[in-house]
Amino acid sequence: MSKARTSFARTGAVHFALIAYTLVALFPVFLTIANSFKSRNAIFREPLAIPTTESFSLIGYETVLKQGDFIGYFQNSVVVTVVSIALVLLFGAMAAFALSEYRFRGNTLMGLYLALGIMIPIRLGTVAILQGMVATNLVNTLTALILVYTAQGLPLAVFILSEFMRTVSDDLKNAGRVDGLSEYAIFFRLVLPLVRPAMATVAVFTMIPIWNDLWFPLILAPAETTKTVTLGSQIFIGQFVTNWNAVLSALSLAIFPVLVLYVIFSRQLIRGITAGAVK
Amino acid sequence: MGSLQLKSIRKAYGGHEVLKGIDLEVKDGEFVIFVGPSGCGKSTLLRTIAGLEDATSGSVRIDGVEVGHVAPAKRGIAMVFQSYALYPHLTVKDNMGLGLKQAGVPKPEIEEKVGKAAGMLSLEPYLARRPAELSGGQRQRVAIGRAIVREPKLFLFDEPLSNLDAALRVNTRLEIARLHRSLKATMIYVTHDQVEAMTLADKIVVLNGGRIEQVGSPMELYNRPANLFVAGFIGSPQMNFIDGDKFGDGEAKTVGIRPEHIGLSRDGGDWKAKVVHVEHLGADTIVYLESDAVGPLTVRLFGEHRYAADDVVHATPVIGGMHRFDADGRVIDSGQ
Repeated sequence: MSKARTSFARTGAVHFALIAYTLVALFPVFLTIANSFKSRNAIFREPLAIPTTESFSLIGYETVLKQGDFIGYFQNSVVVTVVSIALVLLFGAMAAFALSEYRFRGNTLMGLYLALGIMIPIRLGTVAILQGMVATNLVNTLTALILVYTAQGLPLAVFILSEFMRTVSDDLKNAGRVDGLSEYAIFFRLVLPLVRPAMATVAVFTMIPIWNDLWFPLILAPAETTKTVTLGSQIFIGQFVTNWNAVLSALSLAIFPVLVLYVIFSRQLIRGITAGAVK
Repeated sequence: MGSLQLKSIRKAYGGHEVLKGIDLEVKDGEFVIFVGPSGCGKSTLLRTIAGLEDATSGSVRIDGVEVGHVAPAKRGIAMVFQSYALYPHLTVKDNMGLGLKQAGVPKPEIEEKVGKAAGMLSLEPYLARRPAELSGGQRQRVAIGRAIVREPKLFLFDEPLSNLDAALRVNTRLEIARLHRSLKATMIYVTHDQVEAMTLADKIVVLNGGRIEQVGSPMELYNRPANLFVAGFIGSPQMNFIDGDKFGDGEAKTVGIRPEHIGLSRDGGDWKAKVVHVEHLGADTIVYLESDAVGPLTVRLFGEHRYAADDVVHATPVIGGMHRFDADGRVIDSGQ
């Protein structure tokens, strides 16, 4: 009896904490979406109210879609994010495999060196990166952004994936070698499917900062044809006047692609976990 | 076809030497078992033969051909791993056929060979399943099947029964023995379980600390152990070791007597002793004694005996059951 009560109290406390955290985390998102459907006056009169028939307005979305090439911005963001994630996963997994699988001189040192980027923000090198991009004629191209984001995502990817790859059974890899699989086949066909949950984790961690980044698009690719969504929304924020309807609408729209990507990865994550459980 | 020669194989990790010069000859069709305590280098030796580890020095020859720089898949070997190591995303059939597919064998031939191996191991009903849907024993049979399909010169087994429960272990052991008889293939098998070694092997290689202690048939090792280590390692319960001085033997430092070579009587005998503990196993009775003359003794009696703790008994060694060892642990003579 008392046991049941304490466990009820405990699960209650856990649920309370999680629900509270969820509310805190979701509140800004809710505010953004709710206000994006309101008229300008309504936003300022009652910022916390949900849109009613009186205050409802699509003026923000109309502005966003009329002004600038917003579809183009979306495309740029998606291309940059997806290609960067793909490259980070591919090269990160390859480096992680080498570090975890092969014994060579300087292995630990190389691992530390590759993980150093987790602690040192890539923005410290902005000036040098810009000079490099200018010298290689990559300014105002999506390639510049993809290169920078790949570099930015790799340290964490290598770190997480090499830890996971150490847990993949040696016997399995050796069985592959005895059966005549090449090291590439062992990597792609045996090891990668087994570390899929870790890959999904890395993908999510890599994706969010890239999608939300304003710094590098502003510096490396501010041209109209290469603008990302985050940069594109900035035209509505002025020094003196800010078009809040438009800003909030643009941000609401920007949430959805990233949400879709997240759902895809998280499903992989769950599938990976259950597949791994049966050994 | 299927012989193996090892010549002064050494393997070191950094400064730590795991194999310290192994010489061994395995004849075609032999069933050889590497046995030894954990960390003795037996698995490393097997991996070196397979080509999964490179020896630091020394030569490995399979059928007289030096294979030191040959990839594992090209050595004509097949290996069965302790953890089965089945490909989780492939069906049983594809697991068994992958090696042949990689070697470019035509599909009908693969089908035929997989079918034959599956028949030998009664795996036919499971061919379409994935490893996750099989029990431990079935998985190990698939792993063995995967080895058979390749028709290798050498079968390598790395503690294949360690992950199975006791009953399954006996069954799979019989199955491996049967396979060895029907395939007449050369098999090399690593285990730390001396019962597996004694029951399966034509030839046992006892390893300790990266060296070979003794090579011989199971009965040779049992009857004529070359040194203290082998004497203590082979046989269960362990051989009794008695200080040579207590026998008044000037030559022998240690005298060994197997528990089954000591007789027990309530009336009289060589050594008076007190019973410390008795284990009744039905077929055997194991009696642990503490004697004044020679110290602790383990005695194995066949059948049931009504000894109990604190009984006073007399132990007498059987004639011809004594092994005498010198100060370096080497045998002086057996069967005294």
